[in-house]
Amino acid sequence: MTTGNSIAIRADRVARHYQMGDALVRAVDDVSLEIRAGEFVALLGSSGSGKSTLLNLIAGLDRPSSGAIFAQDRNLAEMTPEELARHRSHTVGIVFQAFNLLPRMTLEENVELPLRLAEVDREERTARVREAIERVRLAARLTHRPSELSGGEQQRTALARALVNRPSILLADEPTGNLDTATGDEIMNLLGDINNTGMTIVMVTHEQPRAERYSHRLIHMKDGKVIADGGRA
Amino acid sequence: MKGRDLGELAIRNLREAFLRNSLTTLGISVGVASLVAMLSLGVGLQDLATDRLARSGLFDAIFVTPKSAAANFRGGQGPIFAPAEPPKPLDEEAREKMAALPNVVEVYPDIRFPTEIHFNGNPFATMAAGVVPSARKDGAFDGMKGSFFSGPDADEAILQIDLARQLSDQPDSLIGKSVVLRYAERQPLAPDGGGKSAPDGFSIVPKEKNLRIVGIVETEPAGGIGSLGRGRLLIPLELAQTLRTTQANDLRDLLRDNPNQRSYESLTVRVNDPPKVKDVEELIKDMGFTAFSLIDASKSLSLVFTVFDLFLGIFGSLALVVASLGIVNTLVMAILERRREIGIFKALGASDRDIRRLFFVEAGTMGLLGGVLGLGIGRLIGLAINFGTNVYLKRRALPEISVTAVHWWMAGLAIIFAILISLAAGIYPASRAARLDPVEALRYE
Repeated sequence: MTTGNSIAIRADRVARHYQMGDALVRAVDDVSLEIRAGEFVALLGSSGSGKSTLLNLIAGLDRPSSGAIFAQDRNLAEMTPEELARHRSHTVGIVFQAFNLLPRMTLEENVELPLRLAEVDREERTARVREAIERVRLAARLTHRPSELSGGEQQRTALARALVNRPSILLADEPTGNLDTATGDEIMNLLGDINNTGMTIVMVTHEQPRAERYSHRLIHMKDGKVIADGGRA
Repeated sequence: MKGRDLGELAIRNLREAFLRNSLTTLGISVGVASLVAMLSLGVGLQDLATDRLARSGLFDAIFVTPKSAAANFRGGQGPIFAPAEPPKPLDEEAREKMAALPNVVEVYPDIRFPTEIHFNGNPFATMAAGVVPSARKDGAFDGMKGSFFSGPDADEAILQIDLARQLSDQPDSLIGKSVVLRYAERQPLAPDGGGKSAPDGFSIVPKEKNLRIVGIVETEPAGGIGSLGRGRLLIPLELAQTLRTTQANDLRDLLRDNPNQRSYESLTVRVNDPPKVKDVEELIKDMGFTAFSLIDASKSLSLVFTVFDLFLGIFGSLALVVASLGIVNTLVMAILERRREIGIFKALGASDRDIRRLFFVEAGTMGLLGGVLGLGIGRLIGLAINFGTNVYLKRRALPEISVTAVHWWMAGLAIIFAILISLAAGIYPASRAARLDPVEALRYE
C-alpha cells in the first residue's frame, strides 16, 4: 500500500435526500470526508446506512442534493451530464456486487466496452483488453460468455472491465457479496494487489472482518451519517 | 462513441431480439410496400396516360394556320373597310422558322386531299392523307396488320379498315396488292410565247399513281389536331408532297403577290415536352400566325394525376405511419428489457447522447432494412397488378400495358421516407432511454 498526500476524493457536507411520498429520506446526510490518493477505504454499515448512495455520488452516477463532492479537484455536483459521463469513463472504475456483465457479450467484449465508450482506437483496444484480462488471470476465457463463467470469474471480468480505462479510483460496491468465502478472498487479494499499484480504492461492504483484513481505513455509516472514521478497528 | 462502434452495437442488439425486430422490420416493409405499390400504380397510370396522349399527338402538337383576313373586321366597332393587312403566308420560310424554335421536334404540313382509288377496276371515292414518319409511334399503329411504310417517300399505302372492307370482303388479303390513286395535281403554267417567264397561276390536271398496300389499321390515326377526321387512305407525307395535289388554299395562293410560291393550308408543330407547348405556341403567335393546342386539357390532366398521386401517397403512407408505431413499441419494449444494460452502459461512461444515438441507429437500421424489403415487396405487388391487368386485357383481345411503374426517385424516396419515419418513431424511446437514471436502471431486475 502506498498513499500520497494528494486528495483523491473530498466530500464537503454532502447530502442526498429523496422524497418518498410525504417522507423525506436522508440517504446521505451532511457527510464530509477526504480520501487520499492510493488509500484503500472500506465503507461499512448496515443495509440502508447510505454507503452505496455515497459510493454512487463519488462514481458520478448520482448527484448530491446539497454540498460538494470533489474528485481530482473537480466538483461533481457542478458537472454537466456529459462531464459526469467522462468522469465515469476516465476517472473511476466501478465494480458491482451483481457483476453487471452484459450476458450477450463474451468476456473480451465486456472488457472492451468501456474502451468503445471512451472512443479508444481499435488498434490500442486489443492490447489494453489483453493487459486487463491478464491482470485478473482470465486469459484462457476470452471468448466465454458470462453464463459460462463462475461467480469469481465474472467478478474478475468486472474488475478487468473497471481497470481497462486505467482509472485513478476504483469503486467497488459489495464486490464479494455474491461470492463464497474462498472466491471472495481471491477477489479481495486482487483488490489488494491493485491498491498496491497506487490506485485509490473505495469499497462498500458489510463484511467487517474482510474490510479489516484488506483495507487500511474503515468508515462506518448509519442513517446516512458517518459515525466512525479511522484505521482498522 | 464512434459511428462504427454504434453501428456494431446496434446490429448486435437488433440480432439479439431477432424475432421481434424482424417482425417490426416486416411491419415497416409492409408500410413501405403499400406506399410503393400505391405510388407505382398512380405513377404507372400517369405514365400510361401521358404516353398514350403523347402518342396520340394531341398534347405535344400545335396546329398552325395563317391568320384569317376575317380577323381584321372589327364587328362594327371600327370602320367597316378598315385597311386589312394580308395574312402572312404559311410557306416554307415560315415552316423553317418554326422548326428552328427551341423545343420544336418537327414541323410538317397537313396534307389531305379528295381522291378516287381504283381497285380491281372499281372506283372508290375517299380522302387521302400524308403521314409523317414519326406517326409510327402513334398508338393507332400499334395493332396494325402488315407493316408501316418502308420509307418516307415509298409508293405505299395503309388503308383504314372501313375502306379496306369496302375494297374486299377479306381485308387482310389486300396487303401486298396494288391500288391506283387518282388525284388532281397543281401544275405551274407553261411559259408563254416569249419563253422567258411563266405567267401567274397554275393549272389542275388529273394524275394517277400506283401504290402498294402495305398495312391495314384498325383505328383512324389522329396524328395531330389538324388531322382529326383525316383520310382513310394513308400515304407517306413526303410522297404526298411530291404529288403536288391541289389543296384548299390554292385559290388563296393565286391571289397573292407571288402566286407561284406555294403555301401550306396548315402546319403541325411537334414539341419535345407537353409543358413547353404553351411557350412555343406564344412564339408562333408572335410570328403572325394562328396557333392552337390542347395544352389546357393536358394541364388539367396533369393536375388530376398530381391530386391522384397525392391521395395514393397519403393512403400508402398511412400503413407506414402505423408501422412506425411498431417501432415505437419495439424500442419502448427494448428500453424495459435493456434497462439494466443501459444502466451498465452509463456506469461505464456512456453519455445520454451515446444512448440516444444507439437507439436512433437501431431505429434507422430497422427503417433502412424495412425500406429496402418494402421496396422489393411493393415492386412485386406492382408486377402482380400488371400481370392481373394483362391477363384481363388479353382475354378481351387488347394489347398488353404496364399500369405500375417504380421510378428511381420513387425507390430512393421510399427508403429515405422509411428511415425518416423510423427515426421520428425512435425519438421518444431514444430520449426516454437517454434520460434513464443509471442508479435506478442498475437496480432494475
